[in-house]
Amino acid sequence: MGVPFKADELFLDMTNKTMPYAIELRDISKRFGAVQANKDICLQIPAGTIHGIIGENGAGKSTLMSIIYGFYEADTGYIEVDGKRVDIRSSQDAINAGIGMVHQHFMLVENFSVLENVILGAEGGTLLKGGINTARVELQRLAQEYSLDIDVDAIVEELPVGLQQRVEILKALYRGARILILDEPTGVLTPQEADHLFRILKALKEQGVTVLLITHKLREIMASTDNVSVMRQGQMVADRETVKTNKEELAELMVGKKVRLTVDKDDAEPSQVLLSARNLSQFDEQGVKRLKNINLELRAGEIVGIAGVSGNGQSELLNVLSGIEPMSEGEIHIADQVITSKNPKDAAQMRDLKMAHVPEDRHKMGLVTGFEAYEAAVLGYHNSKTYNGKILMHRKVMIDECNERMAAWDVRPPNPHLKTANFSGGNQQKIVIAREVEQNPDILLIGQPTRGVDIGAIENIHEQIVKLRDAGKAILLVSVELDEIMALSDRIIVMFDGAIVGELDAKDADERTLGLMMANAYNEEKEGESA
Amino acid sequence: MSQAKVPTWVSVALIPFLNIMMAFIVSGLVILAIGENPIEAAGYLIYGAFGYDEGVGYTLYYATNLIFTGLAVSVAFKGGLFNIGGEGQAYIGGLGVGLVCLALDHTMPLYVIVPLAIIGAAVFGAGWAYIPAYLQARRGSHIVITTIMFNFIASSLMVYLIVNWLKEDGRMAPNSRTFEENAWLPYLHKILSPLGIEIGDSPLNLAFVLALICCVLVWALLWHTRWGYQLRTLGTNPTAARYAGIDTAKVTIWGMLISGGLAGFVGVNEIMGVNHSLLLNFTAGYGFAGIAVSLMGRNHPIGIILAAILFGALYQGGSELAFEIPTITPEIVIVIQGLVILFSGALEHMFKDRIEGFFIRRAVA
Repeated sequence: MGVPFKADELFLDMTNKTMPYAIELRDISKRFGAVQANKDICLQIPAGTIHGIIGENGAGKSTLMSIIYGFYEADTGYIEVDGKRVDIRSSQDAINAGIGMVHQHFMLVENFSVLENVILGAEGGTLLKGGINTARVELQRLAQEYSLDIDVDAIVEELPVGLQQRVEILKALYRGARILILDEPTGVLTPQEADHLFRILKALKEQGVTVLLITHKLREIMASTDNVSVMRQGQMVADRETVKTNKEELAELMVGKKVRLTVDKDDAEPSQVLLSARNLSQFDEQGVKRLKNINLELRAGEIVGIAGVSGNGQSELLNVLSGIEPMSEGEIHIADQVITSKNPKDAAQMRDLKMAHVPEDRHKMGLVTGFEAYEAAVLGYHNSKTYNGKILMHRKVMIDECNERMAAWDVRPPNPHLKTANFSGGNQQKIVIAREVEQNPDILLIGQPTRGVDIGAIENIHEQIVKLRDAGKAILLVSVELDEIMALSDRIIVMFDGAIVGELDAKDADERTLGLMMANAYNEEKEGESA
Repeated sequence: MSQAKVPTWVSVALIPFLNIMMAFIVSGLVILAIGENPIEAAGYLIYGAFGYDEGVGYTLYYATNLIFTGLAVSVAFKGGLFNIGGEGQAYIGGLGVGLVCLALDHTMPLYVIVPLAIIGAAVFGAGWAYIPAYLQARRGSHIVITTIMFNFIASSLMVYLIVNWLKEDGRMAPNSRTFEENAWLPYLHKILSPLGIEIGDSPLNLAFVLALICCVLVWALLWHTRWGYQLRTLGTNPTAARYAGIDTAKVTIWGMLISGGLAGFVGVNEIMGVNHSLLLNFTAGYGFAGIAVSLMGRNHPIGIILAAILFGALYQGGSELAFEIPTITPEIVIVIQGLVILFSGALEHMFKDRIEGFFIRRAVA
């Protein structure tokens, strides 16, 4: 388990077939600065199959697809299509090689008709008429062949999302794609639309199109693919034939087993409820429900961990609880206040209720990287009396306090005047956590506390979190690191697709159970066992 | 990963210097092309701007306007807003000054009129900036578009008001009546000469002192108040601003109000300090030049003072140059000014990335 397989060994039986691979990746590596996004990726996809690529957000799936589609160039390695080496430097090269891509966020001109969108970039002449007429005939043929019915004269923005996606697929096919990449295609679809999509993919496959399906949803992989490859931390960690694997194995492969973290802590002694969320829901701008009827209680003196594959509503939950984003439905009870969508509170007002928040993404949200450290160290508390005179801010107070905290939290270098951007990730995180924890909050929301932080600092941060719990504070911990969740939490809640799908005492949690819950397969499996 | 840094002197001194030198080299080629000696021309230009008292006075008088508009652009820019409307805000600010002076010059002494005129300039300039600010903050209309449009509206409005309402009866020129002398902002040469300091006659007036005070106030506001803290947070990281509970709409509006008020102070210098009547087109492009001044001055008050003096010198030295060498027409002088704006503003990144890259590589090595 977790040992990288040589793709050659796995597909040994297939090499006997005469057909070359539709697409083959050889030792693809890509590095962005310090981040190794892809490392020595090998992948062989037989023609006319549906191949799933699964992995957590940030595992490197999208980077890999961008390399295949010519958005990025690989640092090393090469790509073969139909057994011939191709040099893909732009999306045009990819199209010429017969590769089409359906992006997660559609690349459509919303106020154009379907026909106009399809011929965009392939107009075939100065005047549109000829191209449009050719396209009309060709689209009819494609629609028949792949059962992709659509009104070609409809305006794209008036179509439902599922049909817009179909336009993207038609676009790729119109350009002669024989290999179709779909990046998280069901993220925006209703379950019915998703089922329809998979029927279309099957039809495509029967016509000899090779499909690459990128997703982090195990159900889709199991339901629709022939083979599946698992990515983790930039590497291809396993290749499986779909019929020979199961959700449980894939979930474990995705999350991976790491060195077990241990945190010394006594049993929790939870007392009164400090925060309770009731039926909390949130819709995004497209009207998609991102948070689904969340019910949650945080008690003084306990750490509640939220486990889940990232992108399943954890970020939205943190943002709604902390007042950064408005809720759509439901209530939050905190202290003696009831917060609803009609009676909202912004992030500053939530802070006044003694709630502190360490955001998941310190660069985007937790810090202003252009600020000097002492300035970033008061973000969110900049209106506090401690830092302000009648008109001017007390710079000296801010700097002195920053110096103290840097010493207490071992921030290096301990220089309040250094630009925040010039600290290492771990030290930036310490600045953020120190800022929030030193406010002595009653409730602490903390997202990915140790992302990109080195081992020594992780221990320190974990100790501080436990100390805060022992002081009778309520802590909500969101992390994609299962180890961290299991080591720190007293109670674990699992989120999937915006909803809470499971809750268990940390003592009863193991990776297998959590992994299944995270893939929303736990209940199904139990039903299977009892049947 | 090592976090290499570009030395401060490179970004605040070397790069602007190279940009200006580049502009002057190209200007030199232009002057060569029309058959004149660039060195000689440069000599006249520098002498005209700094060589004698009156020249210096004029340079600083032009710089006064540019400091106001440069500060206006920089305050908005710190909040992530690109205020292109300095021209219109200055124009309407002048209206505020003019109305105060026309209303009070018969009855009130100077020390009453001055603060009221300054307030008038700020309120009118800010008021003109308020509408685009509101539309951006609450309705999502892009501030660049709306401020540009408001420049045209301001221009038409002023023509209408001056021609139909404020023009002196029996006069052909579209000017208001000249204010009584107690509504004239004193010239610096008149203030200084009783003290035994002779600086030569020039339009330089007390508005220059106001400009310097504004520089200090803007500096304190941006870097030493929580209000400036919020503005800078919004300007550099809007997501962090929301995280911090900053009311982004409110900060956007306040930022633009201050920006518009600063631009409005051009009216104090022009209307109250020099022309002593309300007239058309007194803003003469200072609002737009302010964008280049702010860019070149790295959005910092000290940089803005230096950049404003440079541009003021170009205005003043340029007219001297056109006078001394008749083949170099005023249009050529405008070309030179344009080149400086082009290289220090629009082409700001031409050398920047390469030079910074060089210093980063050197720091890493």
